[in-house]
This record gives sequence, C-alpha cells and structure tokens, in this order.
Amino acid sequence: MFLIFEYLYLHSKYYNTKDPMDISQLKLISEQSRERLIEIICQAKAGHTGGDLSCLNVLTVLYFHTMNLTKDNLEDPSRDRFILSKGHCVEALFVTLEAKGILDPSVLDTLGQFDSPLAGHPTINVPGIEVNSGALGHGLPIGVGMALAAKMDGKDYKTFVLMGDGEQGEGSIYEAMMAGRQYKLDNLVAIIDRNHLQISGDTEDVMGIDSIRTKWTAFGWDVIDADGDDIVSLVKAFDGIDYSNGQPHLIISHTTKGKGVSYMENVAKWHHGVPSAEQCATALAEIQGRIEKLQKS
Amino acid sequence: MIACRKSFTDTLLQLARTDKDIVAVTTDARGSVTLGDFANELPAQFVECGIAEQDAVGISAGLAHCGKKVFCCGPACFYVARSLEQVKVDMAYSRNPVKILGVSGGVAYGALGATHHSLHDIAVLRTFPAMNVVLPCDARSTAKLVKFLVDFPEPCYIRVGRAAVPDVYENDDFTFEIGKANVLQDGSDLTLIGAGETVWHALQAGRTLSAQGISTRVLDLSWIKPFDRDAVLKAARETGRIITVEEHSRFGGLGALVTEALSEHPVPVRILGIPDEDVIHATSPEIFHYYGLDAEGIVKAAKEFVK
Repeated sequence: MFLIFEYLYLHSKYYNTKDPMDISQLKLISEQSRERLIEIICQAKAGHTGGDLSCLNVLTVLYFHTMNLTKDNLEDPSRDRFILSKGHCVEALFVTLEAKGILDPSVLDTLGQFDSPLAGHPTINVPGIEVNSGALGHGLPIGVGMALAAKMDGKDYKTFVLMGDGEQGEGSIYEAMMAGRQYKLDNLVAIIDRNHLQISGDTEDVMGIDSIRTKWTAFGWDVIDADGDDIVSLVKAFDGIDYSNGQPHLIISHTTKGKGVSYMENVAKWHHGVPSAEQCATALAEIQGRIEKLQKS
Repeated sequence: MIACRKSFTDTLLQLARTDKDIVAVTTDARGSVTLGDFANELPAQFVECGIAEQDAVGISAGLAHCGKKVFCCGPACFYVARSLEQVKVDMAYSRNPVKILGVSGGVAYGALGATHHSLHDIAVLRTFPAMNVVLPCDARSTAKLVKFLVDFPEPCYIRVGRAAVPDVYENDDFTFEIGKANVLQDGSDLTLIGAGETVWHALQAGRTLSAQGISTRVLDLSWIKPFDRDAVLKAARETGRIITVEEHSRFGGLGALVTEALSEHPVPVRILGIPDEDVIHATSPEIFHYYGLDAEGIVKAAKEFVK
C-alpha cells in the first residue's frame, strides 16, 4: 500500500517529463547491488565496504533515476557527468555500472586479481568512469569545470559529484565551493555521504565538520537534506532540485556506514574491513532475505 | 626583445578569436601572466579562479574533459607545488589535455625568494606518465609552441620566465617540433645543452668558445619530455663532452636527463644548475651570474672542462 502511495505521490508531483523507475524497482536494484558488492569484496578480499554500503542508494538513484547516462551515450557530449570523489568506494560504483549494463560482469570478477583492468579506485579505462579519482578533494573542482563547460556551451547536462564526509577536511573543496557560487553553477550537484565515520573513527572526533548545512549555505549553495538510507527520500531530494535557481546544489545524504549488513552498521573498522567467509555468508543471507521480500511485494 | 609569457598570451589571444573552444584559466594572475588583453577582449573564454591553484587545475581538467582547449596560466612555483596533486591526478593520470603555462619559472622572481622559485618542476613532472614538459627559449619558439599546443590532445607543462629575452631564433625559418632538439651551432670539441632561458646564454658561450678555438656545438633542448635522445647521443659521440645548463636544481633536471640518456654510452658531463642550497637573494641575472649560468660562467666552466 505504501509503495503505491509513493508511486502516485512521485508521479503526481514530480514526473512531468520522464517516466521514472518504480521506487520498488530502485529498492530492488539497490539491494541486488549490495549483494553483488559483498560478493566481489569477499572474492577480491579487499574493498572499502562500509562506505560502499552507505553510498549505494545514492548511486542507484543517480544511475537508475536521475542521470541521463546509459551504456549507449557514454561518449555523448550531452550526457550527464558523474564523479566519484570519494574514490575509495569504487566497488559500489563498479556494481552500479554492472547493473546498468556498462561494466561487463566478467571484468568485474577480476577485481583484486593480478593485472586486473580494475584498480581499487576509479580509473578511466573502465567504461563510464570520467576521471581517475582516489586522492580526496579533487572531484568538486573538476565538477565545477565540467559544469562551467556546459554553461559556456549552452548545454543542459548536469554534473554530479559524490564526496565523503571525512573528505570535507580537504581544503580544495572549499576553493571549489567558492567557484561554484561565483559562476552560479545551478547545473552542478554535490552530494555528501554523511555517514559520520572515517577511517580513524567518528568524524566529529577526528576533525569536526559540525554543520555542513551552515557551512555550505554560507558559501552560497542551495542545501538539501535527505535520508540517504531511504530511496524515497533520495528520489525526492534529487527530483526537487531547481536547476535554474542560479545556485549550485548540495545534497547531504544522511546515511549509516555499513548500511544493510547488520554487523557492519556504524562500526568504523569496516571502513576497509574485509569480511571472513562466515561473515560474508551472514551478510549475503541478510541481503538476500530483503531481496526476496522485495521481489514478492 | 619580448618576454616569452607575452609571446605566449598574444599568440593565444590571436588564436582564441576564431577558436571559441580556447579557454584561459588563471588564479588572480592575469597581470603577471599578461592575460589582461585576453580577459578584456574575450571574457566568455576567460575563467578567473581567484587565488586557488588546486581549484584552478581541477577546473581546467573538468573544462578540458568537456572539450575545451584549456590553458591554465599562473606563476610556475605555485602550479608545480601547491596544486601538484591535481597536476598528477586530474591532468596526467586522468589524461585531461590541460596546458599549464607556468610563468616566472626558475629564479625569475629573483629576490622574492624561494617561495617564488620553481627549481624542481622538471625533476617532478617528467616522472608523471603522460605528462609533457617544455621550456621554450624565446618569443618565436614560444609562438610556434602555442600554435602546436592548441590541438595537442595531451597534458603539457610549459615553463617560461618573466623578463624580456633576446632572440635565439632571429626569424621564423626554423622548426620547433615536439621532442626535437635544435642544433643552434655545430662543433666537434664540446656540446652545450640548454633549456628555456639558459639556451641563449649557452649560445653566447658557444660563440665565444668557438671563436677561441674550442669548437662548440649548442643544442636547444627546450623539449624536456619527450626529449631528443638521438641528438644527445649524437652530440656525445661526435663531441665527446657535454655541459648542461639549467635554471633548475642540479638534481633531477636537464643534467640528470642527459646523464641518464648517456648512462650506457658515457662521456664526461658537467651539470651547471642551482646547487642544493637556499638561493642567494638577488635579481635573476645576478643569480644566473652567481651560479655560473650566464655566458661568462659557462665559458669559464667549459675551459676548465676541456683542459
């Protein structure tokens, strides 16, 4: 009943120009990506599992709902651009690109192997990846450049940059915040995966970020809060962006690090922890249970 | 005499009038880069980033990724230090064909001191895969370089100085090809190799030495990466001795490049450059003189070397 309500609500209020993917479908894709994520991390015995899990919903909504990006338009100058600035969470991007039909499953299966085309951070030899990332604080300046190029060329593609909350310590982000505002880049959307944990622990203990909203608002950005653990909330947040307001946008995606695997949730050691065989089985069983439920509904 | 930076930006402006994809990016440096005319005439192709080099290189990478022909222009010292990671990752590793024009490179800022010197750029940037590095030596070679770079689909770092420099090339009848050295004067006893502003000093020294009976070849090795290995090997084979002259640390720069190339076919090489110390506070010509990088110093070193 609730799903029907969501569907009607979203259609009536937000969807005039495009046919959105059903919310239940997005939820299913997100869980299936979670399943594949655990599978490849267990296989590769490496990965940034906690942060992968907290940003999977955002990636699902971006790739399956918001962005104009398919396997057939990867070279099209009018495609939407995505930059994974928190590059260490590349496994989440890989499974999303695979689900989207952009990354071949046989390639993804080589993750962690000698001479794999896949690194532990995004690289441009992987279809659908725009820039190499992994050094934090680089995505937003590049995103500003992409959004600025769109303005110069009168094109209406959008640029999306996903950052971590720990990443907010990098000064280059604040330089780009100033430029985004200066050039009124309302075609630029930054997203912060606000999971409150970085490698050493609680973000507020390592180097407090405090109010992201206050900071970004002071820099002239249009700030939108969303529950990043909830697909519906994310869909509403992205759909609600006013791309003509003269301001760049920030979505603060409030999430749980390790989301969807009970023993990983809110535990800092899963930043790049690799589960044992037994833990993998437990994680997969949890996720598969949810998938079955979604498939039945 | 024209400064290379002026030759660069004048040529760029001329090309940008008809090629609307050319974009100049800067960091509150339109004056020192001599981009004022460009900014006034083509504001839609000009991006001011404020004093934020990391942002400027990242923005440049994003613009280039979307098809713009980007020239990111500012003091060399900042782009190869403050924003080095953006140069490494966003330009080189990501293969975004941004061109960085680093002005007032080397010790051009003179007495402003070491914060403003860039004596490590060659050493660092030539280790980045996909990066190209070039130090043109005068206004004409700089103009030819800009025309080449506009459609060059790879990242490149260009270092020029600050002051007006004498012409090494007195007319346009020469080629300035990527990865090619130019023989400015032939000789058989010794080869002097320069890059950037040291080329002119090497040429003056070469003329003096040849007039005094030491037949001296002079090579313009402005293209540091890729560089003309064959010309270096040939010079070693045919002249038996090489002196490199660089406005750079003696470590890792032009001298290192040449000695690495000659490691399997060694001949004596003397490396003239800035020693491992804080540079003396003086004007740029005084610094050149103090460290023996001007014609007088080169002649002196050469005479000792061939004794």
